[in-house]
Amino acid sequence: MTTTQPETRRLVVEMRDITKKFPGVIANEDVTLEVRRGEIHALLGENGAGKSTLMSVLCGLYQPDGGSLHLALHQEELCETVLRSPRHAIQAGIGMVYQHFKLIPTFSVTENILLGAEDTPTVLDLKQSGARIAEIAERFALPVDPEARVWQLSVGEQQRVEILKQLYRGAALLILDEPTAVLTPQESDALGETMHSLAASGVSIVFISHKLDEVLAYADRVTVLRGGKTAATVDVADVTKADLARLMVGRDVLFSADKPDAELGPDALVLHGVTAMGDRSVTAVNNVSLTVRGGEILGIAGVAGNGQKELVEVMTGLRTPTAGSVTVRGADLTGKSAIDFIQGGVAHVPADRLGQGLAGNLPLTDNVILKSFRSEPISHRSFLNKKAIREMSIRLIEAFNVLPGDPDAKASGLSGGNQQKLILAREIDATDRLAVGDEPAVLVAVYPTRGLDVGAIEIVRDALLNQRAIGAAVVMVSEDLDELRTLSDRIAVLHGGEVMGVVDPASTSKDDLGLLMAGERLS
Amino acid sequence: MSFPWKFELERRLEVSRWVSWGVPTLSVLAAFFFGGIILSLAGAPPIETYRAMAAGAFGSISEWADGNFFAVTETLVRATPLIFTGLAVAMAFRMLFWNIGTEGQLVMGAIAGTWVAIYLPDLLPWLPQTRWVYIPVGIIAATIAGAFWAFIPAIMKVKLGVNEIISTLMFNYIAILLYQQLYTGPWKDPEGFGFPGSAQFPEFSWFPKFSEIPVLNVLSGRIHFGFIIAVVIAGVLWVVMDKTRRGYEVRLLGENTNAAQYAGISVIKNVLFVMILSGGVAGIAGLSEVAGLGHRLQAGLDVGNGFTGIIVAWIAKLRPLSVVIVAILMAALFVGGDQLQISLGLPSSISSVLQGAILLSVLSGDVFTRYRLKITRVVVGAGVVGEEA
Ligand SMILES: Nc1ncnc2c1ncn2[C@@H]1O[C@H](COP(=O)(O)OP(=O)(O)OP(=O)(O)O)[C@@H](O)[C@H]1O
Ligand SMILES: [Mg+2]
Repeated sequence: MTTTQPETRRLVVEMRDITKKFPGVIANEDVTLEVRRGEIHALLGENGAGKSTLMSVLCGLYQPDGGSLHLALHQEELCETVLRSPRHAIQAGIGMVYQHFKLIPTFSVTENILLGAEDTPTVLDLKQSGARIAEIAERFALPVDPEARVWQLSVGEQQRVEILKQLYRGAALLILDEPTAVLTPQESDALGETMHSLAASGVSIVFISHKLDEVLAYADRVTVLRGGKTAATVDVADVTKADLARLMVGRDVLFSADKPDAELGPDALVLHGVTAMGDRSVTAVNNVSLTVRGGEILGIAGVAGNGQKELVEVMTGLRTPTAGSVTVRGADLTGKSAIDFIQGGVAHVPADRLGQGLAGNLPLTDNVILKSFRSEPISHRSFLNKKAIREMSIRLIEAFNVLPGDPDAKASGLSGGNQQKLILAREIDATDRLAVGDEPAVLVAVYPTRGLDVGAIEIVRDALLNQRAIGAAVVMVSEDLDELRTLSDRIAVLHGGEVMGVVDPASTSKDDLGLLMAGERLS
Repeated sequence: MSFPWKFELERRLEVSRWVSWGVPTLSVLAAFFFGGIILSLAGAPPIETYRAMAAGAFGSISEWADGNFFAVTETLVRATPLIFTGLAVAMAFRMLFWNIGTEGQLVMGAIAGTWVAIYLPDLLPWLPQTRWVYIPVGIIAATIAGAFWAFIPAIMKVKLGVNEIISTLMFNYIAILLYQQLYTGPWKDPEGFGFPGSAQFPEFSWFPKFSEIPVLNVLSGRIHFGFIIAVVIAGVLWVVMDKTRRGYEVRLLGENTNAAQYAGISVIKNVLFVMILSGGVAGIAGLSEVAGLGHRLQAGLDVGNGFTGIIVAWIAKLRPLSVVIVAILMAALFVGGDQLQISLGLPSSISSVLQGAILLSVLSGDVFTRYRLKITRVVVGAGVVGEEA
């Protein structure tokens, strides 16, 4: 408990009746948001509810079509402000931490923080600036080494650098868009601590999250958006997880999925003694042997950066192993390219949506056919069949409830969660198509529910279990231990590129999984 | 003290329809306005000059009534190589392959075409000496030569990582020197009274003029078959880019290389494909110039059609059909400008200045469709916004 009750604190941000329209979509309609000084305010809502848009208005990226913004970050009284640009917002004391960090990997922490800051002199005095950064880091309990290169830092540390960067520029309000989506559970907890200490020293925080537990654990108040409108603003102390879910979705949400017993099919994906190099020419995957059979879900657990990325790339033909073999449905595909894996029956939901899974500037139709454009009826001989493409797009958009479902709109205009749904729809459709007779297809899904709202998570979990039921071999990489334990039939734990063990989720405790992830073998 | 105003470019997040049409239109108008000032300073009446330019490029109503389309055909003749090179550049740029070597690829096409016209008849005497044979053979040879000239930098890029901007640029100089060497040295016409230039091509390798082609013979003048080829290729490329699997692969690669690789699309194969296509099209431009106009290899091929093609492609937003339109407008600017010297006796530098002003406005106008200019007053003494502790 802090000494002053949050309610008695003065308002520092008031967004009144904000409306923001995109062609064909009203992303925000008369939204009201109030943030107090030193408050942690969570923003909750379904995919496409308008959370990111509202925050983009608050950080000066978008101009609202209606409504007004009142700020009191640098003075006592609320004062109406028009933010014309992100730079303007920074001057007004608003700092945004994007989900995709905007850091230069080869620069040091200090250089990254100074880059683009208003008062950075033409000739840099890195020592002095470094000292000032270290002082801010100390004051807000954000430990980072100012001289470290960004590429050497973990994701959690990079996020801290982003936060520091905003504080260095004088942010009194921090906006974090889905900050925990890319973090491990431990890193998320550390971020929670950081937010608390920032709030205690008077910084206000708005963060977006889909994880209700986190919202309940970290926030003081929650504003729920539904369909672009404010559904409610509530005190966290007064609500339960089920209440929040109901406010978001407008109905009750089930938090558990029914899983029937596995009916194992033939071996679908076999890795034998696979070793692979990472991008920096160090061994990232070390002598991994795994077998995935049709009709099962193999979970892959591990702290990010322990070889998951490279292992997945080996499984999908995007990386050639330096030793060992990869067999898909009985065919040896070692050293073959991605196209052979695709045609050999491997579908892949990648971790990086806009970086790898989609071409943001192209319409949904072009993105839907990414994997199937070589086959009938999408193309005939060398020609694309526009009619078939449109039919397929509409079918997938409806099956996964991608909103807004205009097949000709650009993929980058979709909200994060809807982009994820589009990729899942495409890849799951591919496994349906790739399965021939009793030959199961392989689906490699990396963080499949990242960024999805509770309703969409239900859809995705059902879809994965459905793939398993129809005999597909599913590999699921996740950092969410609860998700791994509910969905997987077996869990392989990666540490330092090696498989520490393959365990049965029913008989392995979360603590034991944690030990394996930390690199200790169970006796 | 420092300048009290600050100018900044700020990215437009949403490009409205008004902006995407209004800005280019305004920038052309602005160019004519400033051009007008330059003209008056040089002592030429602006309105009259512009009218003379338009008449030079497109002719006048009275001329059309007489069935005289000379100005229009000259513009189309001038547009022909620009359509080819514009298309060539557009294809390569779509894939983010910065081929600025179309000038050299054009020249190589002309050299190959010359070799076919002058040396092939002796080499293969059994080959029927008609246009039905020699024009297709010439086109194939020019395509291969241009494509080969583009293939080398492309393979250097995909295998060795050599920057294509540098290599394609350098390849221009090699091609141009080779060409100058040929028409002044080994390929010089022995009966040419010492003038530099190859022998004249035999007539069966000439591109027919419109006046020799049924239906098209309403147009007389220098306009030739090359224009038809250029327009047909634009149509074919539009179909390839828009409606085929290959076009889809190229589009995807240009938008997001990672996503394309994830979809199993080969970067190497597509870079080579596009560069062969691009170089091949540029090669035909060279053939079209020698077989359609001069009928010999001589000075005047390396006048910058390849580089102008970059501007054409850029203004046309890399769209094949727009390239045709933009190339024609660009040619009109050139032809109309040249006419000023003849009709108004203005120095040629004036028309170059006008052309430059217009192109610069359109290109920089393009910046303003994506960015907006922000002017802010710098308040003296305003410090950095401090932290709240
Ligand atoms: N640049 C854009 N162009 C067109 N439509 C957009 C754009 N940005 C957002 N939208 C639309 O506005 C609505 C709100 O999107 P927003 O990104 O704010 O959702 P969100 O609440 O952040 O969702 P998520 O949880 O999935 O990230 C969606 O319907 C989206 O498709
Ligand atoms: Mg969002």
